Amino acid sequence: MTAYIIRRFIQALAVLIIASAVVFLVMNLLPGDPIRIYFSSSALGRATPEQIALWRHEFGLDRPLIVQYVDWVSHVFRGDLGDSIMKGEKVSTLIARRLPITIYLGLPAFLMSLIFGITAGVLSAIKRGRPLDTGVTVFANLGICAPIFWVGIVMIYLFALYLGWLPTCGYTSPFEDFWLSTRQIIMPVFCLSMFDMAATARQTRSAMLEVTRQDYIRTAWAKGLRERTVIIRHALKNSLIPVIAYQGMCISDILGVSVIIETVFNIPGMGRLSVESIFNHDYAVIQGIILIIAIIVTMANLLVDLSYGWLDPRVRYE
Amino acid sequence: MAEENAIGTDFSEIPPRVSEFKRFTRVFLDRKVVLFGLIVILAAIITVIFAPIIAPYDPYKQNLNKVLLQPCQEHLLGTDALGRDTLSRIIFGTRISLMVGIIAIGIAATTGMTLGLIAGYFGGITYAVIMRFIDALMIFPWILLALTIAALLGSGLTNVVLAIGIGMVSMFARLMCSQVLSIKENDYAMAGRVIGANNLRIMLRHVMPNAFPQLIVLMTMMMGAAILAEAALSFLGIGIGPPAAAWGAMVNDGYKYLLTHPILSFAPGLAIMLIVFAFNMVGDGLRDALDPRLRGTL
Amino acid sequence: MSVLLNVNNLKTQFRTERGVVKAVDGVSYQVDEHEIVGLVGESGCGKSVSQLSVLQLIPDPPGKIVGGEVIFDGHDLLKFEANGAEMRSVRGGKIAMIFQEPMTSLNPVLTIGRQLTEMPELHFKMDHEAARERAIELLKLVGISDAADRISSYPHQFSGGMRQRVMIAMALSCNPKIIIADEPTTAVDVTTQAQLLELMADMVEKFNTSLVIVTHNLGVVARYANRIYVMYAGRIVESSTSKDIFGDPRHPYTIGLLKSVPRLDEPRGRKLVPIDGLPPNLIGMPPTCAFMPRCPYRVDKCKREPWPELRPVEGQHYISCYVDIRERQDELVTK
Repeated sequence: MTAYIIRRFIQALAVLIIASAVVFLVMNLLPGDPIRIYFSSSALGRATPEQIALWRHEFGLDRPLIVQYVDWVSHVFRGDLGDSIMKGEKVSTLIARRLPITIYLGLPAFLMSLIFGITAGVLSAIKRGRPLDTGVTVFANLGICAPIFWVGIVMIYLFALYLGWLPTCGYTSPFEDFWLSTRQIIMPVFCLSMFDMAATARQTRSAMLEVTRQDYIRTAWAKGLRERTVIIRHALKNSLIPVIAYQGMCISDILGVSVIIETVFNIPGMGRLSVESIFNHDYAVIQGIILIIAIIVTMANLLVDLSYGWLDPRVRYE
Repeated sequence: MAEENAIGTDFSEIPPRVSEFKRFTRVFLDRKVVLFGLIVILAAIITVIFAPIIAPYDPYKQNLNKVLLQPCQEHLLGTDALGRDTLSRIIFGTRISLMVGIIAIGIAATTGMTLGLIAGYFGGITYAVIMRFIDALMIFPWILLALTIAALLGSGLTNVVLAIGIGMVSMFARLMCSQVLSIKENDYAMAGRVIGANNLRIMLRHVMPNAFPQLIVLMTMMMGAAILAEAALSFLGIGIGPPAAAWGAMVNDGYKYLLTHPILSFAPGLAIMLIVFAFNMVGDGLRDALDPRLRGTL
Repeated sequence: MSVLLNVNNLKTQFRTERGVVKAVDGVSYQVDEHEIVGLVGESGCGKSVSQLSVLQLIPDPPGKIVGGEVIFDGHDLLKFEANGAEMRSVRGGKIAMIFQEPMTSLNPVLTIGRQLTEMPELHFKMDHEAARERAIELLKLVGISDAADRISSYPHQFSGGMRQRVMIAMALSCNPKIIIADEPTTAVDVTTQAQLLELMADMVEKFNTSLVIVTHNLGVVARYANRIYVMYAGRIVESSTSKDIFGDPRHPYTIGLLKSVPRLDEPRGRKLVPIDGLPPNLIGMPPTCAFMPRCPYRVDKCKREPWPELRPVEGQHYISCYVDIRERQDELVTK
């Protein structure tokens, strides 16, 4: 098992390095002058060509790419992700302020999608063909089709404007006003989790149906075990294998969708920061956000890989 | 009782072999939702082709006298803030959604399959490098990829399609790669090599027929995802710019008037949901019908 | 010898898109104490289904046990609720089963130890330690060395033959009265086959259980079985002691089977004679004898009368046929 962990860790590191290289290259090689990272377009417009050349030299943009890359990475390790042109702050400070908010919504959303998705999938597989199964399947099939931003808007209309039960949008820190904060995040968290909950339920259901047809389940019944034991001890662990593998993608998904949800519900998280930076052409911020997300997703995927190894002993001994 | 032949075997006992096509059709259309999805897709294709004929008004024509009308007889879904007929805009929006979807998937499929083929065929270092690259690509949420491309290249149709396409490359690459790897070591591939057939030819002749069913299923499923992606991008304002009637942008425009005119946001969203549902259901049906375990049975 | 299991007129059917498959169509047999019974027949004749029916392991849908009784320990097992407490206590505890495919019959994500201790913990209410001890004992008994180490291994780390030994150990773990082995050696190579059969016969002695071996391979039952039942198209067509089945077969099907198998005690160069025709489709079977279309000894009566009941021809020897083979001895000789 330890060998497996180490192998996966090294793999994750390799992927992270490649990802960082991709981030760096994308920002520097694509059309447009990389000097845009450091100066706003208006400033560049006003400067003379000599001044721009001088700036280029100051920021080391005339050095070979490899050197620039290493320099950039070393800055990253020291926690320096550059400066935001528009906000006039260090990127790392900006992100440090916004990231926890995104996680405050993202984590419950992920847990919800995992727990409810798997439970719904298992129950609908056990009660196959009965009303519960039909209900879950219908909701799951619809859940993966609905555009998230639209669901958010419909929910705001229904629960906030029409029924008045919940606040329309906005964010308050839980430390300031816990009750209000909770009421504010109910809809966004639900919207964040919806797609993955539905997809996980579908996956779990089909995995369970597949597993219960296997020979070893028949052996379990032949031993005289009760249904509960057969399902939980024999079937479930096997069904979860493909489902857990899928959760890695869910995490990446949720981080992506938070861009949309934070826009709809006006929440000052990292997602909304990305959109703002796009429109402001604040390239240093975009670069920082992508990098941070890459790190988070890689770590999450590593965790997923490790639990995969715990679930499926055949993988451990490859 | 049936006739017996010379050796005493009753040939009517042997179950008739059904043609693969008949079996496929039967399983595929077995579930009503799949049939429903197929009809919706056909309707969408018709809408795309005949949009100017079907739509009651010009979707781009502004009419400042008829701003923000509620649904009525003349305008079944009302009008928006610039007096444009919502229903016509939704009809024309079908073109954008479907076109973006098809092109994006086309890009993703060709790029992905080529990458997968190369990785699987050459193996070794090539495989490792390409696979790690795909892994790295999959780390980024596709929205962020799209946002970055939009930031660097600007908005517009080409970039949206590119962004969505890149996000899907990994799925196709992985599919193709696993198909190639499984065929590579197969007995009949080795037999082919013994005869002296060229490796690449074997690869394509054997891999493509096997990969084809899964490829079709993947493309159909990804279509739904592509349409949702395009809608999200146009909602955020990155995407096909105005005055194009992109559904996502319509939802965004309608958001301001949610309290008084919910139909402006609701209607385009429902259209998105309907089309995506249709593609997903058809994809499900295709996957069930192409299941190799069902082959040869009625 | 007292009777342990008495199966009477068992009928199991499957609903398919093409019709109702009468997989088991009136099977009756008996298992006594301390005996090895062979159930022989070709693929699709219903032998596996009949055994699964005994323990009510038929998936419903699409299958259903539609008739008959299975008398064990004074009760009719078919009257128990399929997954109810009584049926569950019989499964594994009183009647255990070994399946054909050792590669897929063990759960890949649970250790061998866990899969072995389940039954004693369940049926004997043993605690974990005691069950573990017993599991190690059983592994040693079935010939797996390093039992104490291997108990925490996973199925994929074992070979096919070893996995089957584990299945045997599992079956024995609660000292059942009967072990049903469904094609236990079909999926392993010939050498392992011989070893496993020796092991099973040995265990039967040691544990004083009875064994039902279901197989399509006559060679397997020739050596070990006391009594043999021959099945065809969902029914028993001949039953007798092992000696009689091989020495004095009376049903045309059994004769056909024996003729198509090479024997060491025959002169070389004897032609193997296959049975003409194909096995019947079990959907929409006519009421007449199912073997009739392929039978070289059929007479007019066979075409008119319904499938014959099992009748005794000599002592314990029963056949389901209208023809007396001994009258057709000349045909036997020339063929």
